[in-house]
Amino acid sequence: MANFNLNINGEKQQVDVDPTTPMLWVLRDHLDLPGTKYGCGIAQCGACTIHMDGAAMRSCILPVSAAEGKKITTIEGLATKKGLNPVQKAWLEHDVPQCGYCQAGQIMSATALLNDNPNPSDEDIDAAMQGNICRCGTYTRIKKAIKTAAKEY
Amino acid sequence: MSIIKTSVGRRTFLKTSVAAGGGMILGFSWLASCQSKTEEEILAMPEEWFEINSYLKIGDNGVVTIYAPNPEFGQNVRTSMPMLIAEELDLDWKKVMLEQAPYHKDKYGRQFTGGSRGIMTRWEPLRMAGASARAMLIAAAAQQWGIEADEITSADGFLHHSDGEQKLSYGEIASLAATMTVPDEVKLKEVKDFKIIGKSHKNIDGKDIVTGKPMFGLDYKTDQMLVAMVAHPPAFGMTLDQVDGNEVKSMPGIKDVVTIKSYKDDFVKAGFDTNAFPEVVAIVGSSTWEVMQAKKKLNVKWKPFEEYIETVKGWSGESQRSVPAGLESTARHREQMEELAKTPGRVVRKDGDPDQAFANAAQVIERTYSAPFLAHNCMEPMNSFAHFQEGKLKIATPIQIPSSIVPTLVSSLGVPEENIEMDMTRMGGGFGRRAYGHYVVEAALISKTVGSPIKLVYTREDDMTNGIYRPTYHATYRAALDESGNLTALHVKAGGIPESPLFANRFPAGALDHYLAEDWSIDSNITIGAFRAPRSNFMAGAEQSFLDEVAEAAGKDPIQFRLDLLKRAAENPVGERNDYDAERYAGVLELVREKSGWGKEGSPKNRGVSAYFCHSTYAAHVLDLSLEEGKPVVERVCCAIDCGVVVNPDAATNMAEGAIVDGIGNALYGELTFKDGVPEKKNFDQYRMIRMGEAPKVIDVHFVQNEIDPTGMGEPPFPPIFGAIANAMYKATDKRHYHQPFLGSDRVIG
Repeated sequence: MANFNLNINGEKQQVDVDPTTPMLWVLRDHLDLPGTKYGCGIAQCGACTIHMDGAAMRSCILPVSAAEGKKITTIEGLATKKGLNPVQKAWLEHDVPQCGYCQAGQIMSATALLNDNPNPSDEDIDAAMQGNICRCGTYTRIKKAIKTAAKEY
Repeated sequence: MSIIKTSVGRRTFLKTSVAAGGGMILGFSWLASCQSKTEEEILAMPEEWFEINSYLKIGDNGVVTIYAPNPEFGQNVRTSMPMLIAEELDLDWKKVMLEQAPYHKDKYGRQFTGGSRGIMTRWEPLRMAGASARAMLIAAAAQQWGIEADEITSADGFLHHSDGEQKLSYGEIASLAATMTVPDEVKLKEVKDFKIIGKSHKNIDGKDIVTGKPMFGLDYKTDQMLVAMVAHPPAFGMTLDQVDGNEVKSMPGIKDVVTIKSYKDDFVKAGFDTNAFPEVVAIVGSSTWEVMQAKKKLNVKWKPFEEYIETVKGWSGESQRSVPAGLESTARHREQMEELAKTPGRVVRKDGDPDQAFANAAQVIERTYSAPFLAHNCMEPMNSFAHFQEGKLKIATPIQIPSSIVPTLVSSLGVPEENIEMDMTRMGGGFGRRAYGHYVVEAALISKTVGSPIKLVYTREDDMTNGIYRPTYHATYRAALDESGNLTALHVKAGGIPESPLFANRFPAGALDHYLAEDWSIDSNITIGAFRAPRSNFMAGAEQSFLDEVAEAAGKDPIQFRLDLLKRAAENPVGERNDYDAERYAGVLELVREKSGWGKEGSPKNRGVSAYFCHSTYAAHVLDLSLEEGKPVVERVCCAIDCGVVVNPDAATNMAEGAIVDGIGNALYGELTFKDGVPEKKNFDQYRMIRMGEAPKVIDVHFVQNEIDPTGMGEPPFPPIFGAIANAMYKATDKRHYHQPFLGSDRVIG
């Protein structure tokens, strides 16, 4: 066990965990931030996607030791005092979710894409979102929502 | 206007004049609001609630809480079911709050999510709950105003006096209304008068989902809760031999290692008690990661089991089921199916004289179709919270049929039914998998054994290798055509491991003078369960691919070919047990023909059509495909549905879109294979799921407009897509595709 100083959603947090513990479980079990989801544990489904210094990361294989000193954003930290971010708003506008379980990861991947490329083509969206599985099959709505959100980037 | 006897009586309409407790359970919010509210608005909660019946309570400020009775797994019943109540109650949807009802067999009726039966079975009872509450509000206002009830009208949460001036909000009259007699009968609205039903309403949980609020089973947490995982045998056909938990118990965070047996020896299983691994080893610790690490180090030995006979309780009484010994493999399964398909099957339906018709045929077409086992792969792995304490059991779990697991819990834990409290969390997918609640029994037994509240968590690997699969299927179709290309007889022989997929009374039965349907099955120790549109999810693809091929041999347009058969079935049906309405069936084909521009000049070349009827709803698809470097790209799917009244159109559209994507994924890639009893795919690096780049570029969904009572949307659009993509792939590649997955590891398409 060891102490780690983390910056999560703009707040300083300290956890005492095994250094190999993935950020997914640090967030879910130790910091009461369960919005980041467990789906596969091997970075194949994208349900656990978070941002580390703005880039999309699969938190299920990201050890806490690698997150120290970085800026971590989770789905809980995406909205600001001004309200939901454009991606979240677009998700509601298109009523994207069915079961909803994968959607936090989808939104985190989409937000990272738009931060990097505010005007993505269909191919760009396919490439950026290929790592996020939606078992309910909401992909066509996700794509529409990303295009709607892109108008505000 | 339809008058409905209120079959929901006193027992289901428990009335209290005070609130029935808050909705917050240790930070896990069961409340959702229809509108995104500001903090200020949320604080404007009523000071007092009045429970009018078990489905709703009205606050003194006019806010109405509706209890969503059924568990939610993405089909949007937490929105559409309250819409039914709100419609008849004439509510202002903006003032509706939603609370998930707990499991309660007397108060909430059939809390069953599955079989596309949610809206269908709730259509009358929930509107009745709304209408009877409205009648009680009106009766109270009549008393207060001293006028007759029929002088009062209601709209948007207010009651209006016939004088055109006085009005009362529901909140103002709720306390009096709660004391009124539940009416014996109520009038329900006509379809043309609907204000809420038939208009798209956004998912009530949308904001909570996009902001990551805890709502799923895996998000559930209480103080002192420990995390548990189970180790089950690595292969079907094996059972626990011995376990040594000592090494693991000394690992960081680990509290205990225990063996649990899910069923008492004398317990007779019911249909949803399917479980390949009734004895498992549980590891309990303080955090998920620590338990995961310990599980990898667990010293456990497994052994093959002997054949045994299981007694299972079904709707038609008890029956025996043989569970064979042995470590099964996919290669052998295929051989077994091929062998048995060659022998006569059990005749399930025979019309006319099929033998003679085939003997007289100018042309006989025979084709064989197959499909593999499939894993459900819900994105949220199986899990359950359980706390057994002082003879009482508290459960919070994502489950489709909470009632199904209660008798098992009563037997396995020795806890009386009235001491079981069960909350249904949102489910991260179901697809049939969560009808089988063995994980709830495991969680409860673990909690009882270790004496702590625990949350049982399956890893993805546990989830994918635990069984409850879609069975592997096989079907041979034969068609007899006369010299003019008319279809004169059809013979279907279908089977599977361990069940047959046959529906003997479905189209084209009823449209043919000579028809024969046979089935067969082969026992297995690999467990199966309902998977989105069970059996239909294979038969539709096989049947609709075959009809496409027969239409081509007959020199007919595939849509017109089907319509001609349906015309025959409508005008002069053969047999009396045909379980479809030929006119509604034809209706979706005609609609999809029109909307897809089928047969029009310049319409896409590589298109396939398919239609099917199951779970009381009709669906037809036209799928357009292109090939890019030998890979299929789905350009567009045009879909036509007849589900009667469409309660929440955009949500129903979402269901159809999802079913189409899901079906394409499973048709192209879905496959679980076995070697010596071991599932060969354990996680998403091995099990290929459809992803963004493979989804159709465009899906457009159309509904037949009518006023027929609504039927479900969860399953019906799923089965026919298998045929649509197979038929489009034929157009694109000149090659028919008979064996799923069409893009399996050992198959090429071009």
